[in-house]
Formats: sequence, C-alpha cells, structure tokens
Amino acid sequence: MTAQPDDELWSAIADPSRRRVLDLLVSNGGVSASWLAGRVPFSRQAVSKHLVVLEEVGLVSRRKQGREVLYHVVGDRLDEATRAMTDLAAQWDRRLDTIKRIAEATHAGAKEKKRRGPDPK
Amino acid sequence: MADLVIEREILIEAPAEVVWRTVTEPDQMSQWFADRVELVVEPGAHGYMGFGDQGGPVVVETVDPPNRFSFRWNHPGGEEPVAGNSMLVEFTLTPEGGERTRLRVTESGHELRDWPEAEKERYADEHRGGWAEFLDRLAGLLAERQSG
Repeated sequence: MTAQPDDELWSAIADPSRRRVLDLLVSNGGVSASWLAGRVPFSRQAVSKHLVVLEEVGLVSRRKQGREVLYHVVGDRLDEATRAMTDLAAQWDRRLDTIKRIAEATHAGAKEKKRRGPDPK
Repeated sequence: MADLVIEREILIEAPAEVVWRTVTEPDQMSQWFADRVELVVEPGAHGYMGFGDQGGPVVVETVDPPNRFSFRWNHPGGEEPVAGNSMLVEFTLTPEGGERTRLRVTESGHELRDWPEAEKERYADEHRGGWAEFLDRLAGLLAERQSG
C-alpha cells in the first residue's frame, strides 16, 4: 500500500528483534543460533524463529561448519533493504515538499487578498 | 517506546494554522498523499486512503490543532489497528514566529513492550535516526568487513 518494493523483505525487517539479530550477524560474521541467544533479550526459540524468517527472505544464509550451523548476512539482500528504506525516506520528502508548496501558496494568496481588501461587489 | 522507522522535517513559510489545514483536510491531503482520501479528522475515526488501484483503511489517533495529528495504517484488514499490527504516522507542527512552521513527520512501528529496560535504551540509542540510518550503517559495516 505504501509502494514498498518487497513486502516480505519489509515485514522481515519491521520486527525490532530481527534487526537486533541482523545487527549481531553483521558485527560478528558467522555465528551460531546459541551464540546469538546469549546476546539478545529473548529466548533461544525466538532466535531460531527469527533466523527462519530472515533466511526465507534471503537476508541470512546458513553454512555447516563441523558440527555447528553458522549464520551469515547476505550483502546483496541487505543492500536491497537499505534501498527500500532510502526510497521510503524520499517518498516522505516529496510529500513534505508538496505540503510546503501548497501551504505557502495558500498563505501568499490569503495575504495578497488582505492587501487588496475585500472583493468589490 | 515505539520503533522509529523514519523521521523527516521541513521548514514552511506559512503559519501553523495554514499548514494544519494542508495536512489534515481531506481535499488538500489528496494533493500530497493518497489519490483518494476518505477521512473525518476526529480521534478514533475510521477512514480510507486509496493509491491508484491499491489502498487501505486508516484510523485517526491524535487530533490536536494546530500542533499534532496522527493516524495508523498498514494494519491487517479486519483487525483493529493497535501498536504492534500497524504503522503510526505522526505530524508535529511547531510555530517558529508568526509566519513560519517546522513540520516534522515520523513513521513508527512496533512497540518494544516485552524488552527489558536496558535493551530498550540501547535500542533507542542505536535507532535514533530511524531504520534508514540503521540499515545504512549495517550495509556499510558489512561492506567494510567483506572488503577487509
């Protein structure tokens, strides 16, 4: 409805807990779900659920290393998300610019009318 | 505490009352926002915004002329929009002298209700500029790590 290019990607990032997981993955590279669970204010099960959602939209990929599964951020997909946010910001900037134009024109028109006095009958 | 998605502002050479009407009157809203705006500017009023062949319900939250106007949108159809299932769009109008108004818009999402206080504070610090800055920082950090 707000012209976001990719609803699934959007709703994956809309959750603050998932952004926390993303942040940890970017800052620390390949880490396991239990490592993440030790660093977030929510449960190990919640971490697993968030990883599934992030994996489904392609923001995160998993790699097996020995007996452990390590999670990584997919850079291209993160760039897409960043672009979607930039677009949203640009959309609001355009709206604010239009509000400014309308309000300033209205105000200038009202002042002009006042200066000329009431319309002659 | 709400989860700030985006925050933008602009300085307008018109009194707050004029800006207020531009922001809240449905026939003016349709010039800068949606193609079709059906809205009664009253707290709790349900309305509709259409964008071409798409659109959805909105619910007015705060009406405090000429300073604050907010509504919720992007919530699942049929459900009552509340914090957690919708986005809150909030306009703040601040007069700067008699002829000038600073207009700020924020769009925010989930409430971080279940988080411990310390985590909320850390989150607020990290997200002061909204998700746009947060994602930008992440993308930059990742690029740095991958090239280094």
